[in-house]
Amino acid sequence: MLAKQIKYLILKELKLEMRNKYALGGILLYVVSTIFVSYLSFKKIVTPATWNALFWIILLFASINAIAKSFISETKGKLLYMYTLASPQAVILSKIIYNSLLLLLLSGLCLLTYSLFVGYIIQDLPLFLITLLLGSFGFSSLLTMVSAIASKAGNNFTLMAILSFPIIIPLLMILIKLSKNAIDGLERWDLNYLLVLMFLNVIIVALSYLLFRYLWRD
Amino acid sequence: MKKNWWKIIAVVFVLYTLIAGFLIPVPAQAILHETIRNLYFHVPMWFSMMTILFISVWHSIKYLNKSDIQSDIIATQAAHVGMLAGALGLITGSFWAKYTWGAWWVADTKLNGAAITMLIYLAYFVLRGSIDEEQKRARIAAVYNIFAYVMLLVFLMVLPRMSDSLHPGNGGNPGFNKYDLDSNMRMVFYPAVIGWILFTVWIFTLKVRIEKLKRKNLIDE
Repeated sequence: MLAKQIKYLILKELKLEMRNKYALGGILLYVVSTIFVSYLSFKKIVTPATWNALFWIILLFASINAIAKSFISETKGKLLYMYTLASPQAVILSKIIYNSLLLLLLSGLCLLTYSLFVGYIIQDLPLFLITLLLGSFGFSSLLTMVSAIASKAGNNFTLMAILSFPIIIPLLMILIKLSKNAIDGLERWDLNYLLVLMFLNVIIVALSYLLFRYLWRD
Repeated sequence: MKKNWWKIIAVVFVLYTLIAGFLIPVPAQAILHETIRNLYFHVPMWFSMMTILFISVWHSIKYLNKSDIQSDIIATQAAHVGMLAGALGLITGSFWAKYTWGAWWVADTKLNGAAITMLIYLAYFVLRGSIDEEQKRARIAAVYNIFAYVMLLVFLMVLPRMSDSLHPGNGGNPGFNKYDLDSNMRMVFYPAVIGWILFTVWIFTLKVRIEKLKRKNLIDE
């Protein structure tokens, strides 16, 4: 039942996105132009720490921009209609899955253009890709929930940023640590960090699942 | 009297901390010297903050279950007092850092955790400020409170154990209770912790009563 609802809701999101291509194009262009600006100001970056930090900062801001619209763009009537058809859990889970896919696309593009312009210094690509995958999923679940909270408080973009920054820091720090390992190409994979990252993802999704039904009602 | 015995304990213990904390001899440690006395003030502040923030989250959960506005008042006021304890913890810690590490602020997991706690609860107050309707504000703030508290717990519990730190109790640095705390200091430290926690809880109950009276007056007018 839940799986079926989620499937239809994701298809709905995809259909809407396809009808409204400029929103997706806008966010992809945002990433590319941010990277181009940093390329023009930094030229090539060879220090791993700086490369890493800049990469994640660009991705963080792009993700917030991409996800902020997921609830804010829904009108009140449309939401009401959606809630009569599907359970709130299905709504939040479908949004999280859809946003994960969006962020995967975004982070892939970000990695490509960033490596092209700013320089490619990653030694251990598989570890970096796994970090990126888990990071996109974590970002999307956390930011989707925060965007749901912010949309209830006057659709304010600033609010979205100040609500999400402090709670995204634990996630971001683990991601930066892991991707730094991937750039340095250390021999041994640090399973501890990967496990903590997965554990964090599970916690965030579980919390969203439990708490969203208190949010949607007006 | 029967209900207020813990307030007497709070006053006696805090007074005892103030007097004994400055007078009773302390072990002479290399870098710490007399600043070790800050232990009686800095550490209990964080214990009080975590206690009071736990009360806040507990009442947020209660609000989501029962939708009783009293729980919302308690959760907000607890967060306010938690911020007060946190600010005092930051200030005392900052002074201590200046005298032992040589800087007001150093890059360190424990210090970052403290700063993030403050940011989260400031964001919580901004969120509350941006919603007008009372029931809606209470519900959404409760959701954010629970969500943020869990992320904070992860940050405070998991990350410091995974990286080195200058702060006592981490990454090879001796914790105070292991090597440095002698029986003299214990005699002050434990009452200090209990005293400060009870003291903060007292401030918090007063704030809740004031807030409830304010609301009552509004209704009467």
